[in-house]
Amino acid sequence: MAAAAAIAADERARGRRAALSFAAIAVVLGLPLWWRTTETYRAALPYGDIEGLGQLPFQLAVPVAVVFAPGSVPGDLPRPLPFRDVQEMEISVNRERHLWLSLPCPSVQADAALHPLQDASLGSMTMYVVPETSSLLPQGISVYVGKHRSALVRQLTQVMSFTASSISAALSDRVPNGQLGPDARRHLKSSLGYEITFSLLNPDPKSHAVDWDIEDAVNRYVQPVLDKLSLVANFSVDSQILYYAVLGVTPRFDKESSSFLLSAHSLPHVINPVEARLGSSAASLYPVLNFLLYVPERSHSPLYIQDKDGAAVSTNAFHSPRWGGIMVYNVEAPASPQVSLPLHVDVDMVRVMEVFLAQLRLLFGLSREELPPEFLLESPGNEGLADWELDRLLWAHTVENIATVSTTLTSLAQLLDKIGNIVIKDDVASEVYQAVASAQSAMAELAAGHLHLAFQASKEAVTSSERAFFDPSLLHLLYFPDDQKFAIYIPLFLPMAVPILLSLAKIVREARQRKKEPSKMD
Amino acid sequence: MRRGQFPPSGSAAAGALRRRRGKMADAVPAARWARAAAALLLGCCGAALASGIQDQAEQFFRSGHTNNWAVLVCTSRFWFNYRHVANTLSVYRSVKRLGIPDSHIVLMLADDMACNPRNPKPATVFSHKNMELNVYGDDVEVDYRSYEVTVENFLRVLTGRIPPSTPRSKRLLSDDRSNILIYMTGHGGNGFLKFQDSEEITNVELADAFEQMWQKRRYNELLFIIDTCQGASMYERFYSPNIMALASSQVGEDSLSHQPDLGIGVHLMDRYTFYVLEFLEEIHPASQTNMNDLFQVCPKSLCVSTPGHRTDLFQRDPQNVLITDFFGSVRKVEITTETISLDRDLAGFESKLPKDELTTEPLKYAEQLPVAQIIHQKPKQKDWHPPGGFILGLWALIIMVFFKTYGIKHMKHIF
Repeated sequence: MAAAAAIAADERARGRRAALSFAAIAVVLGLPLWWRTTETYRAALPYGDIEGLGQLPFQLAVPVAVVFAPGSVPGDLPRPLPFRDVQEMEISVNRERHLWLSLPCPSVQADAALHPLQDASLGSMTMYVVPETSSLLPQGISVYVGKHRSALVRQLTQVMSFTASSISAALSDRVPNGQLGPDARRHLKSSLGYEITFSLLNPDPKSHAVDWDIEDAVNRYVQPVLDKLSLVANFSVDSQILYYAVLGVTPRFDKESSSFLLSAHSLPHVINPVEARLGSSAASLYPVLNFLLYVPERSHSPLYIQDKDGAAVSTNAFHSPRWGGIMVYNVEAPASPQVSLPLHVDVDMVRVMEVFLAQLRLLFGLSREELPPEFLLESPGNEGLADWELDRLLWAHTVENIATVSTTLTSLAQLLDKIGNIVIKDDVASEVYQAVASAQSAMAELAAGHLHLAFQASKEAVTSSERAFFDPSLLHLLYFPDDQKFAIYIPLFLPMAVPILLSLAKIVREARQRKKEPSKMD
Repeated sequence: MRRGQFPPSGSAAAGALRRRRGKMADAVPAARWARAAAALLLGCCGAALASGIQDQAEQFFRSGHTNNWAVLVCTSRFWFNYRHVANTLSVYRSVKRLGIPDSHIVLMLADDMACNPRNPKPATVFSHKNMELNVYGDDVEVDYRSYEVTVENFLRVLTGRIPPSTPRSKRLLSDDRSNILIYMTGHGGNGFLKFQDSEEITNVELADAFEQMWQKRRYNELLFIIDTCQGASMYERFYSPNIMALASSQVGEDSLSHQPDLGIGVHLMDRYTFYVLEFLEEIHPASQTNMNDLFQVCPKSLCVSTPGHRTDLFQRDPQNVLITDFFGSVRKVEITTETISLDRDLAGFESKLPKDELTTEPLKYAEQLPVAQIIHQKPKQKDWHPPGGFILGLWALIIMVFFKTYGIKHMKHIF
């Protein structure tokens, strides 16, 4: 009897051990295995570096060489030691972060010799300081800015490289509303390429047979400008002629000038009906700049654009930020009323291109209006923009690129935190690493004053970060609400879990009973 | 504490910046020049900003957008969901009439109404009974049609994570200055919206998609309109700024359809969208009607359900938001006052850039049947993979049966 009871106790003990081992295997092996195989794959990302990038400690350095002409420096000037005048400005970017800009003033290396220091590399400046009484500069002008990178000044200035407003305009999408002037958001965003389309709109082909030699005009006048801007981005140009394309607004007839007028407040409604026909959706993925030349119908000629004060605009053109420009080209009425239609019209491409190229400059943000009157600027001629204007554009674009990279990467990090089911594959992670490295090298080059290298690095950084953020694989998993997750796992786990839990419960009960029994037995 | 705010006047400008200098005596003229330089520099930006300040007051009440986009989604298919397609197409027509071009509209439709065998008037979709208004017309540009209208494609369009081969018309190329209108209609429930009878999108996913758009600054302001049953549940979970949402019914209520047409045999429109469109008919591109009027559209007496709206995430007051900020496309224009002077007689310009000589190789057809490769083929080295599911399961079954039959003590004969 005792032997049978002992065997039974043995069996029970073995049964207990078996149940416990099942439970142990299920918990120790099964749960971690299930957890690891169902979590979203996230390759490692440099979160610390991204955090550091998010602070954006910009340091912009301009290498300036100053040449003092004899007589411009007072005799008692001690040999000036090289010094750096650093101006720090804090721009509040958003409520969490503050952006520090330190703009070092020129590191002056006074050179009393007359040898001009021609440092024509990107981003540098040369200033020739002449005495007050010199006759090189005309009366009333204290600064003459040449079209390369040199300036004749009577006083030191810093017009040619960048101003605080141009830099903060470049960062405009990070600065909250209301802190910047109205100019800040209208310039073209920095992009790897731009597509320029010239369109001729002829609403009345029965009356006007318009001929424009666009190919020659592009080669002669537009190509020099684009070649100069080729450092900034890739440009491609195309052109088209659209017939029966009308403006969306009917112009008013003005008896005094016996011409038709388009008032300033009706201009915004002109673009939309035309845009559908421009075919910009078939063009490349780069931002498209449209330049339209509109030849008004015979019944609406001549057509002038009126500005807010009611005066006719001299250029007869208007532009829309980030879109392009429209110019109205009036055909002269023929001398004799009995002339055979259609009239042959040869468009004066020089006049047209002067306006279009000016609009192109304005779209990019190269405006000449901000300078005070004592400045005399040399006209850049057929190249369209001076070297130092190109430098300004590059500074602004570099800063904007780096800010974009920083925003993209910090928002990617934030998204990964907030949303649980974004997958990060290995190639996406490597793009992120590359973006961080390029951005850091761009900031280092900016601090050293190498604008060209900084710009190239910032372009690479932007490309990598955009590729990482917009990779299609990040949208791999969809969201499952919690009750759906329960519904999937319960039929799988419950049949297995119920016997284990019940046997564990039985073991616990028996153990408690055994603890009570010895006290009962004598 | 914020330092370095843009100073309003030039002379005070120098004081507002903090400068650190090396070892330089104050009396040196170079330092004076530097100070004058700084003053001049800031005078430039100061002058530009002084005029900017009065514009800022104006702009505070105006939206800062430069372009408009619209994403119109009809999530149902099949003939009896005619009214959802008619809803979407009517909104499409209004939006186009008010100025948004096709290139800025992403239209997702199942598009199985016009050519449906049950349609008594083929190639038409009517939105009003007695067949008054054909909203299909001949210039409808559907970007995602039929089975392309899926939750995945919708989320890809919103977040921009589109495969590189997607054409431009299927992309939402918005930027930080875009106002986007998103209109969705179909069958919905508490917290979800059914897509094409096979899948659904939840309000959490939608909220996350909008957050991803916000993080990448893909919109300036967003107007979300939804016309489904229990539509208000879809906007409950939004947490990104600058979103305004309207729904046709509250949680627990059904949105009802408007009127059946006995000739076509189905309901043609939903009530909420019908009254919204009546409201939009009064709007023209220059109108100044604001959002508060849109909130009053379709009261309970007409709509039977209670329309709802959500504006707590929106920064501006709805009173100051124009309908045309979202439904129309008004551009900011500036008069061009500058010209540059070109030298007319310049000789032909030699481009300084090296022109890429495209080496054209002779073209030929691809190999249809790579005979050479087949004849001289070596056996390919296949990587070894561990046995897959079925084989593993089969072996597990065999082993389990064996040990069940013979008991575990036989293991020592095997191992």
